[in-house]
Amino acid sequence: MSLQQFMNEAISPWMKQEGPDSDIVLSSRIRLARNFSQHPFPIIASEETLNKVLEFFQEEFQKKSFRDYKDFELVQMKDLQPIEKRVLVEKHLISPHLAEKADKSASLISQNEQVSIMINEEDHIRIQLYFPSFQLDQALEQASQLDDWLEEKVDYAFDEKRGYLTACPTNVGTGMRASVMMHLPALSMTNQINRMTPAINQLGLVVRGIYGEGSEALGNIYQISNQITLGKSEEDIVEDLHSVVKQLIEQERKAREALMTRSSIQLEDRIFRSYGVLTNSRIIESKEAAKCLSDLRLGIDLGFIDHIPRTILNELMVLTQPGFLQQYANSTLSPDERDVRRASLIRERLQLENEE
Amino acid sequence: MECQKCHQRPATVHLTQVINGQKSEVHVCEKCAKENGYMNYGEENFTLNDLLSGLFHSEGPSPLKGQSAHSYNQKPKLKCPNCGLSYEEFARIGKFGCADCYKTFDERLNPILRRVHSGNTRHDGKIPKREGGNLHLKKEMEEYKTNLRQLIEQEEFEEAAKVRDKIRSLESQLHHREDGDE
Ligand SMILES: [Zn+2]
Ligand SMILES: [Zn+2]
Repeated sequence: MSLQQFMNEAISPWMKQEGPDSDIVLSSRIRLARNFSQHPFPIIASEETLNKVLEFFQEEFQKKSFRDYKDFELVQMKDLQPIEKRVLVEKHLISPHLAEKADKSASLISQNEQVSIMINEEDHIRIQLYFPSFQLDQALEQASQLDDWLEEKVDYAFDEKRGYLTACPTNVGTGMRASVMMHLPALSMTNQINRMTPAINQLGLVVRGIYGEGSEALGNIYQISNQITLGKSEEDIVEDLHSVVKQLIEQERKAREALMTRSSIQLEDRIFRSYGVLTNSRIIESKEAAKCLSDLRLGIDLGFIDHIPRTILNELMVLTQPGFLQQYANSTLSPDERDVRRASLIRERLQLENEE
Repeated sequence: MECQKCHQRPATVHLTQVINGQKSEVHVCEKCAKENGYMNYGEENFTLNDLLSGLFHSEGPSPLKGQSAHSYNQKPKLKCPNCGLSYEEFARIGKFGCADCYKTFDERLNPILRRVHSGNTRHDGKIPKREGGNLHLKKEMEEYKTNLRQLIEQEEFEEAAKVRDKIRSLESQLHHREDGDE
């Protein structure tokens, strides 16, 4: 398969779109946790119960459409090879937890891959909806409508006092996790993000690197999400998150401006060195690739580089993960082999832009 | 500290894993962490899990594995009649077994929920259309009642009378529904 073809299939259509503040916000997501009132939660449910839940979705929702979300496809974990599962995790269409479950679990995925409804994860139902860029309000509105659509058929576990009942007490109430994925290179370079994190935590929000571990965020990509799900309405939670993200966007823009005025040549040097590494290396580890891709993306945002689309960062952060590399190679690869494949995939991808 | 898996690189990733209630420390290098799936790009939040299991266990020592309702323990155990999960098991795994667990353990939940949700114990968000039943009407009525109080304070009696009529009609709707449900 050619790289172009592979990418067309690998990258979800919504990821290629731009939108409000897409120079800094990569995507917005709403996740709603829901359960059947009559069945025990998956963690203790019998095989028989899990099967019932699965069959219910098969019968009621397979190949159904809701508005823009067409032809829902029930993808069962038992039918997938390990690499295929890994690819779905890397695309964020299923959680690592769902991938680990051998069977009786599935994901109902819309054709445009904006919606995935995980079945028999920690909860019976986890609705996930993605929007490109900073579109939290739209994501909430649509997720809520999808929720209503499911509720026509499903008897939800709901309690007047505690709200939507979930397997974990950390999700009870709204069952909602709203999150925004941000590229914050200037705030990371100047180490400001670490200083801002405690204040953000105080507001009941969490900041963390979405790729990589702990304070070190691979590719300077951070996820900001709500921690509290009880005692606040969905709209209030999203509004709080919205205002913090707005401030982060402003701060990032200021930090970028400051870098441009104070050390423009150093910044330009850094960007083009990274571009050089990406276009020339024969072996590259994910950490270095992420750093260079972040620099390249910043170079595009700041106008140093103008022949490459912005979406290169999201695209290649997804495609250079182990699952995708192995799928593209069509075989299992050792870590060393992956580093070689990663380098060649990136070179090939950037070459495509030069040809056009 | 060297990596537990490869014993080659220094351990830079430090995690606390809770598997079946057993806590264990994991110290690995970044490479091994990724290969073994320790990198958390999902929902798992380790610090929160730690916090939770700490909270639950404050109730007393955790019971031995496999302990059943017919154990030698004298005190009657709090156990969910629907799914059979005991409070001790709930404390150990940090997860509920079914919707009824919330009712069964209700009295013990407030301190836990308060800690996790910044002092909140009551839902204040969306109400499902069908399952919510009369809650929509009740919520609407609450809003009208607040409105009514405001109008009376502002001495806008004509408006207040209209709102009062709306409340009355909602009340009769509610009574009808509740009778019909029986
Ligand atoms: Zn290692
Ligand atoms: Zn129960």
